[in-house]
Order: sequence, then structure tokens, then C-alpha cells
Amino acid sequence: MVMLEEERTETGRMVLNMGPQHPSTHGVLRLILELDGENVLDCAPDIGYLHTGIEKMAEARNYHQALVLTDRIDYLAPVTNNLSYILACEKLFGVEGAVPERAQVTRVVMSELTRIASHLIWLGTHALDLGAMTVFMYCWREREQILEIMESISGVRMMTSFMRLGGLPADLPDEFDGMVARFLEDMPRKLDEYEVLLTRNPIFVDRTKGVGFVSRDAALEFGFSGSCLRASGVKFDVRVNLPYSGYETYRFDVPWSREGDVYARYMVRMREMRESLVIIAQGAARLRASRGAPIRLDDPRITFPKREKIHSSMESLIHHFKLVSEGPIPPAGEAYAAVESPRGEQATYIISDGTNMPHRVRFRAPSFYNLQALPQMIAGGLVADVVACIGSIDIVLGEIDR
Amino acid sequence: MNGIFGLDGRTWDIILAIITASIKAFVIVNGLLLAFAYMTLSERKVLGRMQARYGPNRAGPWGILQPIADGIKLAFKEDVTPRQANRWIHLLAPCLALVPALIIFAVIPLGPEMEVFGVPWTWHVARVNVAYLYAAAIASVGVYGIVLAGWASNSKYALLGGLRASAQVISYELAQGLAAMTAIVMAGSLDLYEIVNQQVASGLPYALYLPFGLVAFVVYVIAGVAEANRAPFDLAEAEGELGAGFHTEYSGFKWSMFFMAEYVNMINISALASVLFLGGWWPIPTDAPGVVQALGPVVFLVKIALFMFMFIWLRATLPRLRFDRLMSLGWKVLLPVALVNLIGTATVVALWPLGTWPFAN
Repeated sequence: MVMLEEERTETGRMVLNMGPQHPSTHGVLRLILELDGENVLDCAPDIGYLHTGIEKMAEARNYHQALVLTDRIDYLAPVTNNLSYILACEKLFGVEGAVPERAQVTRVVMSELTRIASHLIWLGTHALDLGAMTVFMYCWREREQILEIMESISGVRMMTSFMRLGGLPADLPDEFDGMVARFLEDMPRKLDEYEVLLTRNPIFVDRTKGVGFVSRDAALEFGFSGSCLRASGVKFDVRVNLPYSGYETYRFDVPWSREGDVYARYMVRMREMRESLVIIAQGAARLRASRGAPIRLDDPRITFPKREKIHSSMESLIHHFKLVSEGPIPPAGEAYAAVESPRGEQATYIISDGTNMPHRVRFRAPSFYNLQALPQMIAGGLVADVVACIGSIDIVLGEIDR
Repeated sequence: MNGIFGLDGRTWDIILAIITASIKAFVIVNGLLLAFAYMTLSERKVLGRMQARYGPNRAGPWGILQPIADGIKLAFKEDVTPRQANRWIHLLAPCLALVPALIIFAVIPLGPEMEVFGVPWTWHVARVNVAYLYAAAIASVGVYGIVLAGWASNSKYALLGGLRASAQVISYELAQGLAAMTAIVMAGSLDLYEIVNQQVASGLPYALYLPFGLVAFVVYVIAGVAEANRAPFDLAEAEGELGAGFHTEYSGFKWSMFFMAEYVNMINISALASVLFLGGWWPIPTDAPGVVQALGPVVFLVKIALFMFMFIWLRATLPRLRFDRLMSLGWKVLLPVALVNLIGTATVVALWPLGTWPFAN
């Protein structure tokens, strides 16, 4: 930890407090930098400014209720958080294999849409940190298209919470197919546009190539996951290596690179967006084919009775009342479910003591592990490299502090 | 006008000259500030269009009242001086940035010297025979405003911004000066009016005197963007890294003075580039009738506007350079290129008489 001591400055070094309120620390990250002129000698990230106590709150909610908390962990990719939580709960109830096909495909399509939306924010803010402001505006424009799809599905633009134990709360709206088709048609062209502005832009390449290097070994030791790990030469993707929700039935590539620098992470994420489009196209085709298929498991322990039956049958009314007031009750045990969030391996670990509320819920936040490498990336660089490195690891402080 | 109030004709001429110059100076300073105000609006509009959004469109039709609203807001905003700051230098810095920017325009010839109903009329406040030297010298004073602002704020971000600005401006002034020297050698004069006249008389602006004129022009414009602290060379502000750089601790009217200085500097650099390399009011010929000659300032302003558009375009397109690359670009690329270019120009000018440039036409 760099100390904020005055005698340090007498050596000609300057201790600069960057954040928690700073345009490029992506939220409320605080960095204590030790500078010699423009050179960064040392850096110490200070986290905890966005601690929300979500894990603790989840212990005081039943298994249905805690879902809405998970949206707020990684607020740029709510769907993947929902998914890892729901998958862990389904494992706890032992129904992970029984979720209807259409629900699984919808979950995959929404996850990939979220991945693109999150990567767009990453791209826009990363480019803005480096001074390219137009890309930022373009990214927001395309993200709007995704948010509109999310809104038409769930009624909410960001915090969708569109998952339930055993399936989905509702079927997709009629306009979904058309909106996704339009998005799939537009997006490749828009990605080309970003690449024109950045990929071969000499200034951008100059700012990112060879900056913030993380070796393969270091990446593994830091517990990297997601794009950061793949950019350092490890081809590991939860979707491929530990498939969930039927990812093994989709055909897509996992982009990776050996370079390990900021530019490699940029290239990996850019290519990931194109791969996500491939997955969405396959998923959308399956959704068109499976229109009208069931979207929810029929398991009285976790799913509500049909609305019409509640009005006509006493048992159904009681059943509904129990599920709402008490919540579903899993057997005692524990479950761990990992998904590939836009930032890496996002996971939920639940311990159940056989009551209606979990004994302990823990969320694995990929940003937390990726952030650990920041001092190593920055040391020896310039002040301008600090923002390039922060942008490239794509952290979300809500997830780090939870 | 002999003998009025007991003053002789020569004294009257001096008094008249002072009065006309004062009026011109008044018009130019206010014109620059008005241009600044609408420059901010057009920048936001053009940037908006480039970034798939609208830009200001609420205050008045097409948002034309926006600069006025902004000005009123800034004038009434609380002017905060940090407790640890050096009060007087903190106050002096924005003045040092703005005043030089405003007075450079005194020597810029907006149009040809002409006669209006038999009375000689000039489009500049002063015709100085070392006008470029004056402009370059005054422009260098402007950087003190930024450096002192960074220092006096007693803030680390501002200090870093001020340091960057001083290093950057000093580095790029050299390349800029050498590029300007190319035009000066071609014209054989430091007088901006004379430089324009030579280009108009030869029928070609110096930027088209291939290859040396074009190279000098490109170097001059790149260095000019760096001089003006504009993207992609806006390291002194570098909002992504330093918050707002040297003016982090400024607010209200003092902040808006820095803002004005930046835009007026852009106008100055555009004007100087137009004079040195694009021939000022070229292609209006020297022997044209008075009515056509009067269009000179219009042509000149169009050229300035094109440069301003380029400034905005660059800002929308390019990311920011890193500090070390900025320095190596200035010292290792622009400076040698400008130097070699100047030597080449001097050789050609020495071998062929003025006006018979071998590679032009």
C-alpha cells in the first residue's frame, strides 16, 4: 500500500489520489498513485466505496425474492447475474436438467444480448478514456437497441429480473423476433464502424499495444477469467468448458490472443461481440421454431399454479399463498453455478440449511479478480496508461464491492 | 484639416489614426468574442451531428441563443478560489491566457489595403513589418497563463496539466516556427501583409508550392493543433486522466476566460495558417476593382471557418496521444522535417529568383 506521507514528496515523487470521484475510474474505484513526473512508480487500488451488502441481504430473502438483488451486483450485465443465481437455485432443487428448452434458449439469447450491451459500454468508456469521444456516442446508440429489446421482453430496460426458478415469468412478446432480426442486421455494420475508428487508428494502437501486459502465468495466478484471461493466452470460456443452459449445442468460436496487453483485450472483446451475434442468430432461429412451447417447469415446489386455477381451486390458492408468503424450500445442501458474464466467470454459491432462506449466498465477482492485476499492469507506465489499463479490464465496482 | 483647435495637420493625422485603430480594435476584439461564442455553438452542433445526436436546440431557433445562456450562467456562477491557492496568480493566469490571444489579431490582415471613396482603408489594426514575430512572441506569452494556472491552483491534477502544457507548447513552437519560416523565406518578409501580397501576386498560395510549401503547411497545422491544446493533443486538459487538467480548480468567469482563450487561439492559428500558406484573400487578384477587393475578408473568413471545422472534425475522430509519444512526435518527426524543409526552401529560393518557383504551376 502506498502511504500518503509527506516525506515521500520530498524525494521528488508525488502521491496522487485518483478517485473515487474521477471520470475514468469507472465508478468509485480509488487509486493511490505514486508518480515521478508522468511515470507511475506504484499504484494501490482502494475498493469498498460501493459496498451494498447484497450477499447479506440475500440471506434474509427467500429464493424468489433474492433474484432482484442479483441484478444490482454487476449492473451492466444483469441477465448473467440472474442466470447464475437461478442456475444455482435450480441445482439446489435438483431441477437443473428439467428446465424447458424454450426457457433455456431465451436465457442464452438474453445473456448474449447483455454481453453485447455490456461490451458496448466497455468499448465506449474505454475509447472515451483514451479521448475518442465519438465511439462512446455510437456505442450508446446501439446499446439503446438492446435495451429496447429488453424492455419489450420484461418491461424494464436494465434490471430485467426476467428469470424464475424453473423457467421464465412470461413468454417472449410478439415483436421480439422482428427486433432481434433488425438488431442482427444492423450490428455487424456498426461493429465495422467502431473498428474503422479504433482498430487500425495509429494513435489508438499506440496507446494500447504493449501497455498493461499480463502474462499467461500471472493471469492464472491472479484468478483471471473472461476476456482478460483469454487475451493472456488461456482459451477458457465457461460457456465451452463448463457449459450451462445448453451452450454446448451452439456453434461459436472463443476468441483469444497471446499478447496479453490492452490491445489484445480490446481485440478479444470486439471479436466476442461478433461471436455473440452468431449465438443470438442461432438462438433466435430456435425461438421462432419453438413458439408456444412451455417456458416454465411444472414443479409444485417452486412454480406457481396457473392463474385461472387460483380463482377456481382452493388447493391452488393455498399453494400460491405458501409459495408467495413462505417461498420455495430446498433441501439442505449447497450448489455452485458459474456463467460466463461479460466480465468473466460470474458465479453464485448457495448453502441451504433446509429452510426457506439460504444460510449463505456468495457471488463470485470476476471484476474483483481482474482488478488485482492493476498495480502490476500499471507499474512503470505513464499516467495515461492508468486509464487505458482500467478501461481494458472492464471492471464494475458494484460487482467488486457487492 | 488644418488649424482646428490650433492643432497642425500632422497631429490631426495621428489622432485620427489612433481613433480608427481604437475603433478597429474594439470591433475585432468584440468580433473575436462573438466568434468564440458561436464557435462553441457550432462545435457542439457539428460534434452532435458527427456523433448521431442533435446538439443544443432548445434556446432559440436552432439553439442560437445557447451561447448567451451559457455566458450568463458562467458570469453568475460562483467563482471559487481554493484556500490553498495563490490568490493573485490564480486570478492573473486566466488574464494571461486570454489577453495575448485577443491581441494577436491586431496584425492579421483580413483583406487587401484599398481605397474607399478616395480614403485609404486597411483591414488590420496595425501593419507591423515584423508581424509574424509579434504573433509568435505573443502566442508564447499565452502559455504562461496555462502554466501559472496549473501552479497557482495548488492541485496535483492542475499541476500535471500545467506541466504537460508547458512541455508541449515549447516543443511544438519550434516546429511551428520553422514551418512558418518556410513561408517567410519564400516571401522574403516577416510582414504578414507582404506575405499575402506575394502569394496573391504569384497566383498561388504557398501551400501549393510543391513540395516544400505543402510540407511546411502540414507541419504548421499539426503544430498549430498542439499549440491550441486541441484534440488529439489536448493533454493539458486530458479529461479522462486529469479531470480537467490545468483548469480543474477554476470556475465561473475565470474558467470561461480559459475557454475563450482556447477558442480565440484556435481562430488565431487558423488565421495565421491562412495568411502564411493559403494566401489570405487569394484568389482575389491584386488589381481587381474595389468591390471585388472588398470580398477579401469574406474569403479570408471562409478559410478560417474551414480550419475551425477541421479542429472539430479532429476532435470527433481521434483519441488522445500519450505524453511520451507527443514529445517524440514533436522532437523526432516534426522538428527534423520542418528543418530539412526549411533548408530545401532556402536552397530553392537562393537558386531561383522569387516568384519563379520551379515546382509550382
